Amino acid sequence: MAQMNMIQALNSAMDVTMARDPSVVVMGEDVGYFGGVFRVTDGLQRKYGEHRVLDSPISEGGIVATAIGMAVNGLKPVAEIQFADYIYPAVDQIASELARLRYRSAGDFTSPVVIRAPCGGGIRGGQTHSQSPEAIFTHICGVKVVMPSNPYDAKGLLIAAIEDEDPIIFFEPKRIYNGPFDGDPNKPAVPWSTHPKGDVPEGHYKVPIGKSEIVRPGGAVTIVTYGTMVYVCEAAARKLNIDAEIIDVRTMSPLDIDPICSSVKKTGRCVIAHEATRFCGFGAELSASIQEECFWYLEAPIQRVAGWDTPYPHAFEWEYFPGQARVALALRAAMGDEQQ
Amino acid sequence: MPRLHVPQPPTRPGDKPDFSYVALSPAGVIPKPEVQARSRDMEDVAHGLVRVLDDRHEAVGQWNPQLDAEDLQVGLRHMLLTRIFDDRMQRTQRQGKISFYMRSYGEEAVAVAAAMALQPGDMLFPSYRQQGIYMVRGKPLVELMCQLLSNTRDMCKGRQLPVMYHWNAGRIFSISGNLTTQFPQAVGWAMAAAIRNEDHIAATWIGEGSSAEADFHHGLLFAAVHQAPVIMNIVNNQWAISTFQGTAGGEQRSFAARGPGYGVPGIRVDGNDFLAVYGVTQWAAQRARTGGGPTLIELVTYRASAHSTSDDPSRYRPKEDYEHWPLGDPVERLKNHLIARGEWSEKQHKELHAELDAHVVASWKEAVSFGALNEGPRLDRHLMFEDVYKDFPDNLRRQSEQLAEEIKLNAELGLAAPKE
Ligand SMILES: Cc1ncc(C[n+]2csc(CCOP(=O)(O)OP(=O)(O)O)c2C)c(N)n1
Ligand SMILES: [Mg+2]
Repeated sequence: MAQMNMIQALNSAMDVTMARDPSVVVMGEDVGYFGGVFRVTDGLQRKYGEHRVLDSPISEGGIVATAIGMAVNGLKPVAEIQFADYIYPAVDQIASELARLRYRSAGDFTSPVVIRAPCGGGIRGGQTHSQSPEAIFTHICGVKVVMPSNPYDAKGLLIAAIEDEDPIIFFEPKRIYNGPFDGDPNKPAVPWSTHPKGDVPEGHYKVPIGKSEIVRPGGAVTIVTYGTMVYVCEAAARKLNIDAEIIDVRTMSPLDIDPICSSVKKTGRCVIAHEATRFCGFGAELSASIQEECFWYLEAPIQRVAGWDTPYPHAFEWEYFPGQARVALALRAAMGDEQQ
Repeated sequence: MPRLHVPQPPTRPGDKPDFSYVALSPAGVIPKPEVQARSRDMEDVAHGLVRVLDDRHEAVGQWNPQLDAEDLQVGLRHMLLTRIFDDRMQRTQRQGKISFYMRSYGEEAVAVAAAMALQPGDMLFPSYRQQGIYMVRGKPLVELMCQLLSNTRDMCKGRQLPVMYHWNAGRIFSISGNLTTQFPQAVGWAMAAAIRNEDHIAATWIGEGSSAEADFHHGLLFAAVHQAPVIMNIVNNQWAISTFQGTAGGEQRSFAARGPGYGVPGIRVDGNDFLAVYGVTQWAAQRARTGGGPTLIELVTYRASAHSTSDDPSRYRPKEDYEHWPLGDPVERLKNHLIARGEWSEKQHKELHAELDAHVVASWKEAVSFGALNEGPRLDRHLMFEDVYKDFPDNLRRQSEQLAEEIKLNAELGLAAPKE
């Protein structure tokens, strides 16, 4: 075991898989010599050479398109999109090609590309360095969508993604690259070394794609969340002294709905939380799926916590970000009379 | 056997700076084509380097725009103001007053000379590194600073990162954080000008790194097909964050040479030569205005500063690179030319510097009186819900009300409420 932050854990995942499998290649803007603007690919080019760690031209569409071609010819490309906010020029290649190649060729061709993209706000990045576009991609059939919330999962899920035979969009909540964040920007930053999930095996291991995890067991209400919001929800539940069961979705698509529904059936109450915009956000799918299965068990309407239905405003970052107060309002609404 | 080529910058940290890869031409040698020349008859201007100022600080050759001393002094003033403004704003970022900044140090001529060669009615679609165009068009510094501060007078109402200005009245388009999007948009604007029989043209700027985006090709294609009255500038400052210009495809041919492939004239120009940039822009503007269609201009320059305040270039290029850049410094070169003409002196230059610096300092003092991101008066937070649409839909009204409730709850949870 080693202490790793999320950046180191992701780096280690690529390192481990590149060492085992010569077909794994890394590409993206500034990822090579420089090691990436968040340093996630630091040192990989020095170790594996310039033919396996490529500095790409600034062309997200080109990056994904060539990654597809490489995958068709036997490579395992791990492509970085510098910020999730810059993935849109690649959306045609993702939606029309990457996601459907297996289906349209009846399995004759596949393109198991991994696209890594730092996402989410809380770093004063303004509207073009803060977005959480996961729901745009969960709506596309044929790509898997993953978002880890800690170093241990980040490494295990990225290795699993690289070894998966389907294309995967791997979102990395950059606010928690260096430590868990409970939504309070005025508190000093906490490093991952203080958190059990900062203990990461140095070698190869996988965290299964398509599996959620109960990160905090509880009986009063089920909180379904992922990414940075895991920690915000934990803090809010603690402050309200509510015995919440917190489930980290980890893979948004395909969705591991059964453990979520079991939990909701047990607690009878549910709050869903994500950083992305509320309207047609991934929470809408969660809410609908949970309601379909758990309607007769619900004691109160399912509550959603999300970013507002606006772009991410630079100066109002903390008013936009779904912090503990927004989670607390939803928890109270879900608890209804129980709380009072 | 095929072998994957990986472009290599000539130098890395620790190496001696080496710019031998930059193809140079002596000043004055590149002939100036007729304004209506066919693109295919002028392909050599895409490979040479149009230069007007020679080593003796004299203006030579056909591209010399023959400006009088007064215009040149105005140009010098705008460039110097841009530099001082950048420098001061960079320092305020270091002091934590603004969250982020991007300088145009070393590239002042690219923006200033081009904007001066255009007419006030022409529409500009810049990237984040053409601060000089606001100086030329007379945007009050206080207004730029208030945007950087995200304060109560912020033109973007707190919604944008610093530097992402906009100025419709001054005919400067809103800057996007997404690279290259403005390039084909400028072409569309120019097509509309042609459709509406207007006399105005459009000009747009992207970095050489940004020319890799598909939008670059969309822009050239539509410009060529419709012969749109637009000037398309590629600012080749050699670097795109950590990747050198070869990563964007600059190794095999010049960026300007992409124009002729589309049937668009391409001109490669010394971007640190105020007179050359002016002359080339003037030529392209005249061509566009008289129905000759688009021009692609590559401005060869050097990004003398870090990419942004979040970047540390000593990780990927030699520290002393800029001192060896063969095209010198645009401010110094114009200054030396004016001095050589007997129209300027070191003393005047010093005085101008002091005057502009005082102006920047006074403007800053005024700007901060309207607040800053983390101190003083703040914008009304409910502004964040406006302008998503023209009207205010119900979901946003509800969310805006919920925000007020949340803020009340903060105290109960032991959290600091966001500042009013
Ligand atoms: C679509 C998109 N992809 C990536 C980025 C991140 N990014 C911002 S600036 C930049 C480098 C741009 O270099 P260049 O075009 O040469 O302009 P310069 O900064 O040198 O002026 C990158 C990669 C972005 N803003 N938008
Ligand atoms: Mg550049």
